[in-house]
Amino acid sequence: MKLRKVTAAAATALVLSLTATACGGDGDSDSADTGSGSGGGDKITIGVKIDQPGIGQKTADGTYEGFDIDVATYVAKELGYEAGDIEWKEAKSADRETMLDRGDVDFIAASYSITDERDQKVDFAGPYLLAHQDLLIRADDNITKGEDLNGKKLCSVTGSTSAQNVKDEIAPQAQLQEYGGYSECLTGLENKVVDALTTDDSILAGYAAQEQFKGKFKLAGLKLSNENYGIGVKEGSDLKAKINTALEKMVEDGSWEESVKKNFGPANYKYEPAPKIGQIVE
Amino acid sequence: MFDFLEGYDLLGAFWVTVQLTVYSAIGSLIWGTLLAAMRVSPVPLMRGFGTAYVNVVRNIPLTVIIIFTSLGLYQTLSITLGAEDITTINFRLAVLGLIAYTSAFVCEAVRSGINTVPVGQAEAARAIGLSFTQVLGLIVLPQAFRSVVGPLANVLIALTKNTTVAAAIGVAEAAYLMKEMIENEAELLLISAVFAFGFVCLTLPTGLILGWVSKKVAVKR
Repeated sequence: MKLRKVTAAAATALVLSLTATACGGDGDSDSADTGSGSGGGDKITIGVKIDQPGIGQKTADGTYEGFDIDVATYVAKELGYEAGDIEWKEAKSADRETMLDRGDVDFIAASYSITDERDQKVDFAGPYLLAHQDLLIRADDNITKGEDLNGKKLCSVTGSTSAQNVKDEIAPQAQLQEYGGYSECLTGLENKVVDALTTDDSILAGYAAQEQFKGKFKLAGLKLSNENYGIGVKEGSDLKAKINTALEKMVEDGSWEESVKKNFGPANYKYEPAPKIGQIVE
Repeated sequence: MFDFLEGYDLLGAFWVTVQLTVYSAIGSLIWGTLLAAMRVSPVPLMRGFGTAYVNVVRNIPLTVIIIFTSLGLYQTLSITLGAEDITTINFRLAVLGLIAYTSAFVCEAVRSGINTVPVGQAEAARAIGLSFTQVLGLIVLPQAFRSVVGPLANVLIALTKNTTVAAAIGVAEAAYLMKEMIENEAELLLISAVFAFGFVCLTLPTGLILGWVSKKVAVKR
């Protein structure tokens, strides 16, 4: 009997102490969440790609670089956040709408093309870059128009709009190899098993500019589609207007041009001039 | 609410899933049984090979195996499995990878079935002059299979779901179409729910039917 009482007491004490610690933990994370989630605190959370060289990439030492990162940093600064106050978060293509909807991030700059379907779910600031679907080919190869692709072997990422464009419109006779990521395609391109890699030219330029591929690949420059990159914000958010102002300023003071040159320059990428805010090229 | 489904060949995609499952199931049942036979065979070399195969292959993630069939076998070693166009090559490579992976689990299920057959039966069979192949084929395996229908049903259900990995090398099955739809429609939750429901439709009957069969044919000892 005595033993049971002692055990019960010990158990109660244990449970109490556990609850106490749990509460403490909860409180901490709560305050952190409100700080980053609402944007009203001293931190801002931005969704970016972490695996697209030139656009948004997390480097080995944990820093982020790329054109989207530069744009996001500039916009954040205009909104009143220093570079150190930014919390980066990976925004996978499929998760972007959900992340904004749930308020996981304040805005998303992750090679996010403005389309009608997406526009119904979220709001877009921008566009801040006009990209085109293009081909990355071996430096000694030549493909001058879309129809040349019929009968060739093409590589892209599973389910991507670029892959669908090829199948449906550009070259239905082309053989399409699809992988989970672009890096698998590069192996095939190097081994001459596939003839071209297709996606947005901005992304391709980033890959071609990588140290290990310099001089091996080039962009075909076909302009197969128009992709208007916008910054996604939650539907109805007042951030949209502020981000637009920031983007306009970035183009005006020359930081936009400088960043494009820095990130895409080495691949000989002929980029479009900065788009006007709200002007979407169909 | 479901108008986003228009223009997509949902049934076609699930049909590819079914085809992948059926071909891989047949292949891995054959190869898995052979492996199990090796593991109980009197030849040390075959026993060693069987053990090594099962322990290596079942510990490699399926994604790695599938990607290897494409990047390693096809792109580097130019093995096309007798097909001409990329779609067929990828389909066959995916089946090959799924067979290689699943047969390790089939082997272990069958071997556990073999263990349920009393040793006396094999000894009696040998005593009347049957060879190893005859003992296994006529006496042991028929009883072993009857006791492992349940575990094999689990392997089959796992295989059905594992076919989604084939999307990694561009086989146009259900998971592939799901990625495409999510990219276009921005309806993550609804689309996932539709595909989850599709897989439940495929696997639930398998489980129920084979569960019933398993009860029906089990050897009562």
